[in-house]
Amino acid sequence: MASHYEAPIREPLVTGDKTYHDVTVDVAAPVEGRANKQWWIVFSIALVAFLWGLGCIIYTVSTGIGVWGLNKTVGWAWDITNFVWWVGIGHAGTLISAVLLLFRQKWRMAINRSAEAMTIFSVVQAGLFPIIHMGRPWLAYWVLPIPNQFGSLWVNFNSPLLWDVFAISTYLSVSLVFWWTGLLPDFAMLRDRAVKPFQKKIYSLLSFGWSGRAKDWQRFEEVSLVLAGLATPLVLSVHTIVSFDFATSVIPGWHSTIFPPYFVAGAIFSGFAMVLTLLIIMRKVSNLENYITIVHIENMNKVILLTGGVVSVAYITEFFIGWYSGTNYEDYTYMSIGAATGPYWWAFWALIICNFIVPQTLWVKKLRTNYMWSFIVSIVINIGMWFERFDIIVIDLSKGHLPSSWTMFSPTFIDIGVFIGTIGFFFVLFLLYARTFPVIAQAEVKTILKSSGEKYKKLRDGNHE
Amino acid sequence: MYTLSNKLKITAIVCMVLGLIGIAMGFLNAPSTVEEAAAIVKEASAHHGGGHAEAEEAHVMKMDHHEGEVAHHAEDEHNAESTHHAEAGHDEHAEHVFHQLQNRPWSAVLIAGFFFFMLSLGTLVFYAVQRVAQAGWSPVLFRVMEAITSYLVPGGIILFVFFVLTISHMNHLYLWMEPGITDHDTILAGKSGYLNSPFFIIRAAIFIAGWIGYRFISRKYSLAQDEATDDSNYKKNFKISVFFLLFFFVSESMMAWDWFMSLEPHWYSTLFAWYVFATMFVSAITVIAMSTVYLKSKGLLEFVNDSHLHDLAKFMFGLSIFWTYLWFGQFMLQWYANIPEESGYFLPRIEHYNPIFFGMVAINFLFPFLILMNSDFKRKPWFIFLAGTFILIGHYMDLFQIVMPSTVGEHWSFGAPEIGSILFFLGLFLITVTSAFAKTKVWLPKRDPFIEESKHFHY
Repeated sequence: MASHYEAPIREPLVTGDKTYHDVTVDVAAPVEGRANKQWWIVFSIALVAFLWGLGCIIYTVSTGIGVWGLNKTVGWAWDITNFVWWVGIGHAGTLISAVLLLFRQKWRMAINRSAEAMTIFSVVQAGLFPIIHMGRPWLAYWVLPIPNQFGSLWVNFNSPLLWDVFAISTYLSVSLVFWWTGLLPDFAMLRDRAVKPFQKKIYSLLSFGWSGRAKDWQRFEEVSLVLAGLATPLVLSVHTIVSFDFATSVIPGWHSTIFPPYFVAGAIFSGFAMVLTLLIIMRKVSNLENYITIVHIENMNKVILLTGGVVSVAYITEFFIGWYSGTNYEDYTYMSIGAATGPYWWAFWALIICNFIVPQTLWVKKLRTNYMWSFIVSIVINIGMWFERFDIIVIDLSKGHLPSSWTMFSPTFIDIGVFIGTIGFFFVLFLLYARTFPVIAQAEVKTILKSSGEKYKKLRDGNHE
Repeated sequence: MYTLSNKLKITAIVCMVLGLIGIAMGFLNAPSTVEEAAAIVKEASAHHGGGHAEAEEAHVMKMDHHEGEVAHHAEDEHNAESTHHAEAGHDEHAEHVFHQLQNRPWSAVLIAGFFFFMLSLGTLVFYAVQRVAQAGWSPVLFRVMEAITSYLVPGGIILFVFFVLTISHMNHLYLWMEPGITDHDTILAGKSGYLNSPFFIIRAAIFIAGWIGYRFISRKYSLAQDEATDDSNYKKNFKISVFFLLFFFVSESMMAWDWFMSLEPHWYSTLFAWYVFATMFVSAITVIAMSTVYLKSKGLLEFVNDSHLHDLAKFMFGLSIFWTYLWFGQFMLQWYANIPEESGYFLPRIEHYNPIFFGMVAINFLFPFLILMNSDFKRKPWFIFLAGTFILIGHYMDLFQIVMPSTVGEHWSFGAPEIGSILFFLGLFLITVTSAFAKTKVWLPKRDPFIEESKHFHY
């Protein structure tokens, strides 16, 4: 890579006069220190939410799906909305670690670790829903093609719900391996610094005996590149397959060929928003302001602007083709005049405002380089993307082909409780991660310190003149 | 400095002349009356099999009626038009075949004309993307890309004239343009707010003017940056590139609906525009790579090394897969749901264009996938040329199967008008682009802020 020369016009990615040692110390500090009171408070809140959600899940499974707000017309609502939302959030992690690696984006190095962690934890949340929304979840293993005593009764490979099983489980496994491989040198760093025997033992186990020899590094890089090459089509195909759940059907509004790339773009859009939400807080509480800089925030905002633009063009396309098709059923889809004025008008406008209008403010440099505004927009987008999935699922189902089946959907507190539970579970995992894992890939950041560190850039620019 | 050799010039001119002869033959051989058309169809069927003419014609009739019926069913089962349509069947059918045969040379020109136009339009998009992304590797290739986009002007004008002739009813490519069609086709009547000739031609004018406009402004800034003392031209170019991409994204969608999707005006697919874009983009990058290899072989492009080629080849590889992804997404979803309004599009393609429809998937996906996987291969100029040739052929086939089944139907073949159109536009493309090469005095954008990175780029 062209690391020996960098254009002066590029902005530094590591600010402050950091040395290699400083990077190590800064990254290790949260792991080596003790949790403060705030962490315990937030952790407790998350834990309570999680336990509450767990209660709701147990209640649902033991009592029956009827405790949710679903009805005979709307058979999917919050369950699958949350599923798609969580899977979508997970996509930014792989995008940052894989796609940005393929495009040699150095700024990814400060954010990839947390983005990948976010992927794993949100895919775990997503993975709950396909199981708990089943009527008989104890028979869930029947989705696997295992030889059995029913005359070897197998699954039908024609259903996108089965493809989901393969997509999500492959996605989780590959993401986990990719993440863990990247963690090896960083765990080794923690191992080598640990003073307490217990910590030393733990990080020795986690780092798989990484010793950082030239040959190891060479293979490490190759593996990362191969995994990035595999994870990129994977990330596209996973959300594509999720979109197939809808697009293969014959339901107006669902049956649309643009869904595969449009869902993927939406996933990146919402995933990046979530990364922003988390990192804007993390850079403050973990004292990583020199690594997660305004350049990173701005770049993420630009990706949001781009994917938000792709999603917007897809909305316009849906809207246009809905009209162009000349089918009167298209009047009641989530992207139609009918949706804008129908009983779910608020959901439609929430989508338009949160995903289309508010993100446009990021065109203004002042706003996209403002931490507070980026934080607000990122949360707005996550709300908007939840509504996008809700609109696609519920609005389209509520008014189908037969007017005699038209109905409304309203969630019960169990629906909401399960969702809150997954948010709690996510933060439980993420908060634990932030205290025990090296949240910045220090080994990678050290590779760009001399090309993109502020101190070195200044030195070089001085020499040029 | 590149000198346009006489050999190349003569080759290009010969291509154009031969091409014009081929196109002219296509127009002369097209039937001018319904009876002639019937004779041509009869002869063609007698050719392969003999005596099957009647049967084949009956079959054609059934097919056509099936398609017609699908459309009518969608609007209203009890529509009186439906019965009327069936009664007047034979005459209408004969006329339909007549129109299809007349369309053949026009379609051939549209396919080849757009194919070479999209090569330079896709290059323009790639160029804008490189600017907006502040790519550190590609500035050494800016002049190459700028030269390729010079074809936008002649290519765009020809396409525009083509569409002016089309709305003047010189051909029957677009069903919705037929006079009086909206009187008995209520679906098309419903779409006439968008699908009407004046609006169509205004949109085409805006798109082509917008693309050419960006090309000129961006190139002006790009050249001015060479002589400048600060980066203001670079910054202006950055800004305008962002807005061009925005404009392009929307205009490309509408262009794909207008020029290609509306060839089959009863059919629709939300993905279609992006799918057409993938075809454009991968072919254009292939052309950039091939031009780079060519200019490098002439001893120009001093700072371009095999890492630059490697990057271009990676884009060819990755975007070939991306194209396949979109092709499969569109095809599979409509195949899976099998809704009659939609599958009517794929049926004739699978039935009458089978080797092209599936062959292009092999050429556009399997072939580049297998040979461009290895990173050593991606650095070999002749590999890039080989893969590139196949990718270009494959994407010509892609356009062919988008256009031909909708305009010519099953009476297609690959002969004088098709080859002639390819030769003509190939010649025009070669002479335009190589003249632009010859006009390029300095290949290195000297004062681009990323030029040093690009010169030392090594992967």
